[in-house]
Amino acid sequence: MGSAAGKNYINEFAGLKSWFTSLDHKRIAILYMISVLTFFLVGGIMALLIRAELFSPGGQFLTGDSYNQVLTYHGAIMVFMVIIPGIPAIFGNFFLPLHIGAKDVAFPRLNLASWYVFMFGAALAVSTMFTSKIDTGWTFYTPYSIKTGTAVVTMVLAAFVMGMSSILTGLNFIVTTHKLRAPGMTMGRIPLFVWAIYSTAILQVLATPILGITLLLLAAERIFGVGIFDPALGGDPVLFQHFFWFYSHPAVYIMILPAMGIISELITTYSKKTIFGYTAIAYSSIGIAAVSFFVWGHHMYVSGQSEVAGVIFSFLTMLVGVPTAIKMFNWLATLYKGSITFDSPMLYALGFMFLFAIGGVTGIMLATLGLDVHFHDTYFVVAHFHYVMVGGTLMALVGAFYYWWPKMFGKMFSETYARLSFVFIFVGFNVTFFPQFVLGAMGMPRRYFDYIAPYESLNKISTVGSWLIGIGFFIVLFNLIHSLLKGAKAPDNPWGSKTLEWTVQSPPTHHNFDHDPVVTAGPYEYR
Amino acid sequence: MKWMTFISMVWASVAQANTKTSFMPPAATEIAGQVDNLYAFLLWASLIACVILIGGMIFFAMKYRRKSANDKTAYITHNTFLEFLWSFIPLVIFLFVFGWGWYIYHQMRAMPKEALEVHVYGKQWAWEFVYKSGKASTNEFVVPVNTPVKLIMTSKDVLHSFYIPSMRIKQDVVPGKYSALWFESEKLGDFHVFCTEFCGAAHSLMLGRMKVVSQADYEAWLQENDEGLTLVQRGAKLHNDKGCVACHSVDGSVKVGPTWKGIWGATHQFVDGGSALVDEAYIRESILEPNKHIVKGYPAAMPSYQGQLTEEQLNAMIEYIKTLK
Repeated sequence: MGSAAGKNYINEFAGLKSWFTSLDHKRIAILYMISVLTFFLVGGIMALLIRAELFSPGGQFLTGDSYNQVLTYHGAIMVFMVIIPGIPAIFGNFFLPLHIGAKDVAFPRLNLASWYVFMFGAALAVSTMFTSKIDTGWTFYTPYSIKTGTAVVTMVLAAFVMGMSSILTGLNFIVTTHKLRAPGMTMGRIPLFVWAIYSTAILQVLATPILGITLLLLAAERIFGVGIFDPALGGDPVLFQHFFWFYSHPAVYIMILPAMGIISELITTYSKKTIFGYTAIAYSSIGIAAVSFFVWGHHMYVSGQSEVAGVIFSFLTMLVGVPTAIKMFNWLATLYKGSITFDSPMLYALGFMFLFAIGGVTGIMLATLGLDVHFHDTYFVVAHFHYVMVGGTLMALVGAFYYWWPKMFGKMFSETYARLSFVFIFVGFNVTFFPQFVLGAMGMPRRYFDYIAPYESLNKISTVGSWLIGIGFFIVLFNLIHSLLKGAKAPDNPWGSKTLEWTVQSPPTHHNFDHDPVVTAGPYEYR
Repeated sequence: MKWMTFISMVWASVAQANTKTSFMPPAATEIAGQVDNLYAFLLWASLIACVILIGGMIFFAMKYRRKSANDKTAYITHNTFLEFLWSFIPLVIFLFVFGWGWYIYHQMRAMPKEALEVHVYGKQWAWEFVYKSGKASTNEFVVPVNTPVKLIMTSKDVLHSFYIPSMRIKQDVVPGKYSALWFESEKLGDFHVFCTEFCGAAHSLMLGRMKVVSQADYEAWLQENDEGLTLVQRGAKLHNDKGCVACHSVDGSVKVGPTWKGIWGATHQFVDGGSALVDEAYIRESILEPNKHIVKGYPAAMPSYQGQLTEEQLNAMIEYIKTLK
């Protein structure tokens, strides 16, 4: 399908300026990719530092204060600068228009603006690392965040600005999905990745403003002494938790829904089989998005909220479990009677299902009132959300990199190294985080710089696991960079996928499609 | 909810076998036993769910491996009956677990009418306990066995969370508010008290020790006081009771603040370039106005003890520090 003279979106224009002023959704995706991967490296190094410090009880090379700072940066960077923007801003940007047969997103200028806004927020966040740092944890709980002498206001403004970027991206994707679909591309024919990004976008637009206003209130309290959350000024610290989780629980789904979308793409491609229960998966995304607004209180069973509130939140949380279970079973049923290969992206997809199953069942344990009282704020919670966020979202993210890399850059990577990276990351992940479930059951609280002797051996195992994960990610990085330099030329459709992005050349041209595609069937027509 | 009790009993037997492998700390209350039963049920249910999901995945992936590039796959779009099953069965299990969890949570939250009440204060970074007799202790929490104990808790600064793993209880301690907890220990012994809400530099050192003793030992403990202690002994006790121990070791190990071992007579270098000899006046200033001079290499993390120590207590601590060579 190659267009005239081998032009593509990468070589169509030259020079750095052409990148920083590009309105092409694919180039903006690359800008996001480089930024997010850089932040991931920083957040990952923080994670390794945390694990290294916890290798033995007592202080190793950090103090209580510097440990808290490392922990805060790890959380804040990974949440606000890696996982939330990650899949939507990189793969959503690149493939949403291609998936629906569009030339670009609905508002290309807004799209570029959202990257600049994101980078401004990220720069603010990173700047605090060179000033008075921040030690509140990524949750900024009051009144500690009011009293601590660290750069809370700058960090909070950074999160506010990055939230703004998230809203702009979400708005763009909602409008794009509704208005720019190719002829014949009905809502019942869009790939499930688009459904996932669309559901995420709704959450981004509706939930993020709550975080914005909450963080502004916090800043107002710190700067002007307005009593909102600080009891010393007549405020209520628990109110902050309600506000914070009213955003941050939907945010959990902002983080996982796009990953679920990727898994639907990978499972169908590498099973060479149509998805089982397209409608159920699509609507379960919307269902999760809707119910996720009403479960924030499950972070607060022991915060002092009333028993009635706890009961309602526990009940609603159980309901969220159902659409999640539906997705798992649908993927399982898709494998049934498929023609399955174990190409590296599929390994990551199967790894996702493995880890997400464990993340899911432990989520039900944590949603259960009487049991959560024991597990709350222990390492059990740490293990659970890493199974979901890393075992889920990051596994899908790496799978997506391998899956779409040939399309994005027109180069094939080494399959051997890709599989090797999976082994390191998957094994390392379980070695790191499974012992943390046990530590949590034993009662080890989270955010602990030091711990009592009985917790030592499991912490040692966990730290060793973190090194394996680190090696795994470096293999991924090496493999992808190596493919850019030395990789074989990728065909247009190396995996035999059926979605629209694989009908155009690799890498795609500036305008994506030489002719407007006309769609006559669903996205997974493997017959 | 009588049927809940019945099911709890059935599971108790399973849990018996389970406690050795579940890694939960020993359960010291009746409710903690119930929590463990629920946990045992969920562990088994989770294991079965994972066998179905993960086992099914591995089984299908192996059985339906690609044989050739031309494989034809079945075109199965949905199956309403199956989809109903895997929506409905999880829902029923989830709601069952929800009800069971609620039943236990309700017992944790229903405060007994007749209970030994103890006031608890969380502060950076120590737990203070005040008994009705006026007896006060820090980080040492003594209660009689087989007696319902109700804790009425508040914080003097930031959020803390009071957690006794063996009792399976936890509750945030919030400044400006009261929160409550209760438990009735069936076991004698020592148990850990942790803070589980992030509270700053020495969060992980905010450790309490709960001692469950006989009624007679409890009464005797209430009568103990400082009379008859030497000044140095009183200083040593204050080092623990006022929570100094969280940040200042007496054996040379580095915690949040400088160790007290060997500081008497040493010279402290400050971050602003100044320095001072560690003498009576300097120690007094460091306790009452800790942020006036910050020692190089340490954070400005210490709260002021202005108004919390008598002149006699300050002197006792100084005498204690003198002995730490």
